[in-house]
This record gives sequence, structure tokens and C-alpha cells, in this order.
Amino acid sequence: MRELELYFGPQHLGMVGNFSITLKVEGDRILEAQANPGYLHRGFEKLMEYRTWIQNFPMVCRINVIEPDSMEMVYAMAVEKLAGIEVPERANYIRTIVLELSRVSSHLFGLWAYANMLGFDTVAQWAMYHRDLILDLFEELTGGRVYHIYIWPGGVRRDFPEGFKDKIVNTLHSIGSCIPDYDNTFFNNRLFYERAKGIGKITQKEAKELGATGQVLRATGEKFDIRKVEPYAVYDKVDFEIPTREDGDAYSRIWVIRDEMIESVHMIFKLLDAMPEGSVYNKVPNPFKWKIPKGEAYVRVESSRGELGLYMVSNGEDKPYRVHFRTPSYTHGLVILEKLLKNASIADVGNIMISLYVIAPEIDR
Amino acid sequence: MDKGSIFSPFKSIKYLFKKPKTLRYPFEPKEPAKRYRGLHLNDWDKCTGCGNCADICPNEAITMKEIPEIKPKPEEGMKNERPRVDYGRCCFCGLCVDICPPGSLRLSRDYLHIHFKTDTFNLLAKDEKLDKEHFLPAKEYSILKASLSHRKEDNEGLVSDLKYSLFEPERVPMPQVKPERRRLSFIEQVIGYNREQAEREASRCLECKLCEEACPAHLKISDYIKAISENKPDESLKKIFEDNPIPSICGRVCMKYCEDACSLSIRGEAVAVRWLKRFVADSIKDYKTTLELKIAKPTGKKIAVIGAGPGGLSVSYFLALKGHKVTVFDSLSGGGGMMRIGPPLYRLPIEAIDKDINHIASLGVEFKFNTTVGKDILFEDILKEYEGVYLGIGTTISRSTKVKNADRCILALPFLEENKIGKGVKVGKEIIVIGGGNVAMDVAREALRLQQIQYPGEKTVTKMVSLEDWEIMPATKEEIEDTKAEGIQFNPNWGPKEIKVEDGKIKGLLCVKVKSVFDEQGRFRPTFYEEKEMLLEGDMVIEAIGQGSDFSFIPKPFFEKLEFTERRKVKVDENGQTSIPKLFAGGDIVNLNLDAVTAIADAKVAAEGIDKILLSNLR
Repeated sequence: MRELELYFGPQHLGMVGNFSITLKVEGDRILEAQANPGYLHRGFEKLMEYRTWIQNFPMVCRINVIEPDSMEMVYAMAVEKLAGIEVPERANYIRTIVLELSRVSSHLFGLWAYANMLGFDTVAQWAMYHRDLILDLFEELTGGRVYHIYIWPGGVRRDFPEGFKDKIVNTLHSIGSCIPDYDNTFFNNRLFYERAKGIGKITQKEAKELGATGQVLRATGEKFDIRKVEPYAVYDKVDFEIPTREDGDAYSRIWVIRDEMIESVHMIFKLLDAMPEGSVYNKVPNPFKWKIPKGEAYVRVESSRGELGLYMVSNGEDKPYRVHFRTPSYTHGLVILEKLLKNASIADVGNIMISLYVIAPEIDR
Repeated sequence: MDKGSIFSPFKSIKYLFKKPKTLRYPFEPKEPAKRYRGLHLNDWDKCTGCGNCADICPNEAITMKEIPEIKPKPEEGMKNERPRVDYGRCCFCGLCVDICPPGSLRLSRDYLHIHFKTDTFNLLAKDEKLDKEHFLPAKEYSILKASLSHRKEDNEGLVSDLKYSLFEPERVPMPQVKPERRRLSFIEQVIGYNREQAEREASRCLECKLCEEACPAHLKISDYIKAISENKPDESLKKIFEDNPIPSICGRVCMKYCEDACSLSIRGEAVAVRWLKRFVADSIKDYKTTLELKIAKPTGKKIAVIGAGPGGLSVSYFLALKGHKVTVFDSLSGGGGMMRIGPPLYRLPIEAIDKDINHIASLGVEFKFNTTVGKDILFEDILKEYEGVYLGIGTTISRSTKVKNADRCILALPFLEENKIGKGVKVGKEIIVIGGGNVAMDVAREALRLQQIQYPGEKTVTKMVSLEDWEIMPATKEEIEDTKAEGIQFNPNWGPKEIKVEDGKIKGLLCVKVKSVFDEQGRFRPTFYEEKEMLLEGDMVIEAIGQGSDFSFIPKPFFEKLEFTERRKVKVDENGQTSIPKLFAGGDIVNLNLDAVTAIADAKVAAEGIDKILLSNLR
């Protein structure tokens, strides 16, 4: 049969964003796949070398549109580590709550993408609607729906507004009450099983070798989560489970996402109860005179897609000398995707790609 | 794992009968949250034009635009610039809000602007107070027309909050001797910052430079404070000396116009500019080795300076650097002029003054102390002998109230002088000080200390009488607070009428209630309720109601040629030259500020003027 070269994206239905894959196909079978990032390259890491420590704070969130909070969190953590800034306890609780809320909203977005790609439009719309309810919460807390610009070095930017705790609880209850509907329509739907089972299967050994983290690794049975391995914020003070599945395929990954959302909601309720009173921000030095002593830091958090790391070097100046992000989508979207697409069918490209939860802007930073 | 069923989705069929959740925008508008970060609002009355918003903006979206209609007020720290936001660049992060020292810049909950012309995306941020045309009440507002020029009234979003501001509104407290202890002796009240405190305080400065415009001598305040924050006092001293050669004196007694203009003082405390200057001056033992001044080749020109006060010292320093030979005449036994006799020891010790003077002397300036011009050396001889003469004589005569028996009072300046560089005055147990200015405060506080020393353990009282009420008292707030804290009684709004004397002894001061201090034109013309009298008991009265200048050493033919302004000040041109050629003047006899830093500013002008005129003679 004749070999063909096919371009999947960047303008393609079912594509995750400004990203493309070149497929070498023989009939319906993919012989080789090459992921092409770069359509969304905005040079963030370089730009950050030219902006002061505080000016970088509104920018990091833009690296990942879907879940900006984990980006803000790693940046704040790295600056705090380099400059030796303490964070008030209440701020740590708020940060944790915000991170978990954003995990839920990010997973809902992922569910939208996946369900939409498979053709389950009803569920996709529900997920989008429920994500919007969480964005409403973010809007009230931070003043922004998408770019929260909220977690900053020294704590968080503003305290909870009045009655915000109850709003979180009410919103999460109303989303939670729809879980049976989600299950009926999507997770327990035989069509989903048939479409996702065995697709994009990766073994635990391969996943580890290729550097997979997050639900890609957890779907192979490995209980690896930065929140447990290297707890940050108040993850060491709150009790939670790490959901896993054994098969390492798209079906398992989506189920892990579902279980994680539920676990996060439980965690938020626990955090809201345990949250202490007090200040939420320790002032950082005057931004026009803020120089951070020489040093380097690597910090990592568990984003909704896996390990998100930030390596930052300070040369004792008012700007970082070097910034490098280790983003989960980079590993999942380039290395693992190329591997999983080998021998897959063309119809499964989107299925595999979205089940890996690849966020294109995160690859190009 | 359960494979699921193809029938299970049918359980969700109930949603078909539910109301859709989709918002029918714009017919059902969504109200943005209270903290929404939308288009900017700016209160022009509060905005100082400091430009911190433009400096912090990560996208350079804000530029400061000059507004000709606004009158700049440098002494209040008000520029005539206001931020203009380019919404092609703005990312709505709100850092500009969190850095805004007056809190005038806010974000609103408006967020819509659609236009095919890109130049409409620039907005000179205003608010409904100023721009009634574009900010509309809810009734007239329509979301369908929403844009930068169709906005809603009372629609504040993210606003500044001092708790979360990017600057530190509170000053590093200055260690001071407690009032109970300091009133017992002449110990210096302000202890001074240590290195760590100074660094911390200096790092509060936002570098907006409003202070530099307010300072009469335009010191490079932002630069020297930055050097302190970077732990480089040497560099800081060099910056200070570019404009001010007497930092040890000024670091203690400056009137600190800079701090009044500081943008942080609007909602917090100003950066302690004066104390930071003092820290630099005190922390460097030897100015000369640190400064490494380059003195120009000797020009052979001789300049005389009459009066070794702040102005005289500064003019000699600047002229000495230019290679001229400067001789300073002063009737006192040391330099500093009014600084030597006026500010009490607890504020300005003699060593602090001599540190600055010794440095200036080390540059080759010749000081002739104990030399009274007009007596020991004639004014006309000086004018003949020297190529240029600078008159920095200040105000040296205390004024008297001239009420009945006023000749029994002691005047402020002789009192202060005797206590600072003389043997000290024998004081009474119940002292009355007339006046409400800074000198009166000094006198009262000094009198209190002398009482404590001369009558230990006995009951003594110090009272103050001033025409002015609390709000218009000419002394600085800080000074009044310190004076109060030391236990001095105030009697504001009373005017002196007569010193009561019985059997040759002072019995007290008869006062009358003040009706008003200034007339309708704002001129000083006090009126009284003659019937409302009060007798303040006391055995000593000191008058501290102001000073005048003594020109008696200038011979009549010269004095007649000397021109004065309407406010009885010596008239000088842009070079600091008076109407008599070769004769330059500055300081209290020229300006209305009557303080050291303005004298330095005058001296800078005169030094340039003298140098320019001498050089033109060379050619």
C-alpha cells in the first residue's frame, strides 16, 4: 500500500490548539507521527529575563490558559524559595483551595475536550457549564475569570470576600449533584468504553522511562503525585487519596480524571473547615528595588496534567537570570504522543491526544 | 471494570425538559464581580502624577501624559501628568492599582470596547467625578453601546488596599529618647538609624522623584536613597555632596519639604529622607577620603563670604571646588551661623556642625571667626579687596512684642545662643514663652530642660502663648507633638497685652483672646476681643515671635544702592547678584522660606553666578 504524509492540525477539528502532528500513514494505519509545536511560541522564558520579579507575576499564568493557578504557584514558590519569603498559614490554605478549584475546572475542561472529540456533545456542554460556575468563583475571588493573577510571592493578592466560603460550598454541591448524570451519560456509557478501552495504551515501565507524570502515569497503576511526594502549600495537612487505574489506556486516564475531581472537591471541603484566620500576604520588598540574592531553585507542583516544575536562577539582580519550565504537556504531547500514535489508526489521533490532556500553550513557552 | 451500558445515557433524558442555562447575552447582561479587573478609573484630584503605575506596568501600557490645564504644585508633590492607558497593551493585571501611592488609580467593572480605529484604544483614565460626559448613570447606560467613552457610573472593580499594596506605607520607627528622659538634659533626642534600619527605610522609596522637585536645592534624593538601600553609603554621600555640602547639619534640622511631597505620605508615612541623609553623614567618618573631590586649578580669584551660615558655607564649598580662594567672615567663634546658635543641643550638637565645617575648611576655605564686619573689618574694604562678595547674613535680631514692660523680657536668639555656646541662662520656675513657631518651641523646650537642671525635684512650669490656634500654628506638627510630650502647657489663640511687673519682679503676662490672626487678604494683622483677658502667672517671659536682619554694617551710601523687594527682601537677579555689582546675596535675607536648605539653593545659584561673572572678567 502507498505511504502518505498527512498533516493533522494546526487547523483541524479535534486539534487541541495551535499544534500539529505530521502523520506518515499507510492506509488507515499510522507508521510514524511527528509532533510539531511552535505555533504558539511567545518566548515567555526569555521575556521573563527582562521583567522584574513582580512584573513576571502577571505573565506566568498565560503559559497555561486552562489552569493558570499552578503556573502562578510555581512562580511564587520559586521566588519565595530564592528570596526566603515566608507565606502566612491562611494564604497557604487559600492557595491550596484555589489550586484544587482550578484542578476541578481544568479537568472539567479536559472532559469537555474529550467528550466533544468523541461526539458526546451533551456531556461536553455540561462540563463547560460547570467549569463556568467555577470561573464565576474565580471572578469573585480574583477579579479575573481566566487569568487570575492571584497567587503571588508572599501569599495571595486579596483575602476571601465576604460569604465566599458558602459560595464555594454551594457551587461544588451543585456540580457534585450532577455526578450521577455524568456517570450515566458518559462514564457508564458502553459507547465510551468501546471507544476508549485499549486505545493509546502505555505500560507503567514505558511511562516511567519516557517521563510521564500525572494521570498518564497514574492510569498505569503508579501512585505518583507531587502533592504526596513533595508536599507544598498545606497538602501535608489534609487527607486525600490518589486515584489510580491499572490499564494505562485512554479509558483509564479519563476515569482517573473523574475520580480526581471528586477527590479534589472533598479536599476543598476539608480545607474550608480547617482554614485558619489571619493575614494572607507578607509584603514583598519594594518592587523597584527588589533584588534577589544569587541562587537557583527548582520547585514543582502537581498540576492537573502532571508534574509542573520551574527552574529559576537569580544572579542577584532585579530580574531572573534564567527561567525554565518543566511542563507536563511537553513530555506527554511530544514524546509519549509520538510513541502512542505509532500503529494507531487515524481515527484515534484525537482520542489519544486528548486523553493525554495535551495543552498546546504549555509546550511552547 | 464495568463496561457500562448503551442504555444508561437515556437516564439523562430529563434534561430535555429543563430550562436552558445559557445566558442570553447581551439581553441578560452578566454583572461582573466586585473585584473585577476592567478598564481604568483615575481620580485626578488625588492622582499626583508620580508615574509609579507607568514604571510597574509589565507591558509598558501606561504613559504619563502632561495635562496643561493642571497646575503643577511641586511643594505638595503634585505633577501635571496623568496616566494614559493603551488597551492594546494592557493585560488588566492591576499591578498599577497595587502600586498607586494615593490610591487614585482603580479598575472598573467596565470591560467592553470595540472599534475599528486603533487610536481609540488609548484612554486618559478619569472617573465619574471629572468626566460626567462619558460616565453615565445606570438609566442612561446601555451595554450595547459600552466602550471607552460610554461607561457606567459607580462601577468600581479592583481598588487599592494598603494591606496588599506593593509599597510599605509605614516608616521604620526612628529610635528616640523618651520624653520623660530627654526633658532632663540636653541629650540628642533622635538616636539615628543603624545600618539595617537605614537600608530598610531606604528600600521603601519608590523613586518617583516628586521629592526632588519639592526640594529647594533639588538634591538627587532618589539616587542617594537608592545607594543607601544598596548598602553603598559612600556613593550616597557623593550624590548628596553634588548639591548639599552640609549633610550632617541638614540631616538633623532640614525643613524636609521632600517629605511633604513624598507620594507615600498621602496614605502612609513619607520616606524618612532627612534621617537617611543624617545616617549617611554620620556613618562616614571622613568625608574627604570618601568623596575624592576634584578641585579645579587655582584661578587666583579672591571671594569674600560674609556669614558662615548654611548659605555662606555652601557658597564657599562650591566656589572652592571651582578653584577660587574663599575667605569667610563671621562674628561667632565657630561656623554654622544660625545653626550654631539656634537649634538646641538636643537637636543639633556642635560636633555635628563642626564635622561639615572642618570638611569645607579642609578644601582651602579660610574662616575668619570672631570677626564682625563693620567693626573688625569694614564692609567697603572687603568690597574693594575681593573680586566677589557673598552676603549670607541671615536674620540675627529677635523681634519684640513691644507690649508694656517688654524690655523685661528675654529675646529668643540671645537665650538660645547663651545656652548653646555660652554659659547658660539662669531661668525662673514659671516661664512663659510667647510665640508659636519652631523657634518658640525650641525656646520652650530648652527652658524646660534648664528648669529641670537648675531646680531638680522642684515644681516648675513652662507655658506657651501663641496668637495662632492649633490648626494654623506655624511650627511643624512633629515639633508641636514633641513639645507637648515633654509636658509644656500650650495657650493657643491668646495675644500678649502687658507684662505684669510688681516690686520690680515679673508677675506674669496679661493676655487677650484673639479674634483673628490674618485679615481678608491673608496678611498678618491680628485682632482681639479686648474684653476677654487672662493673666498667665510667671516669673520669666521669653519672646520668640520672629527675627529680622541686621544691615547696620553696610555703610549708608552702599545701603541706599541696595534694592529690596516689596516683602523687604534683598533683590537679586538670576545669578544671585544684588543691585550692587560684585555683591551677591542669598538665604534668609533673600527668600521667604527662612531655612537652611533654601539658603543652600540660593548659594548654589550665587556660586554659579559668581563663577560666571568672574570668568567673564577673565576674558
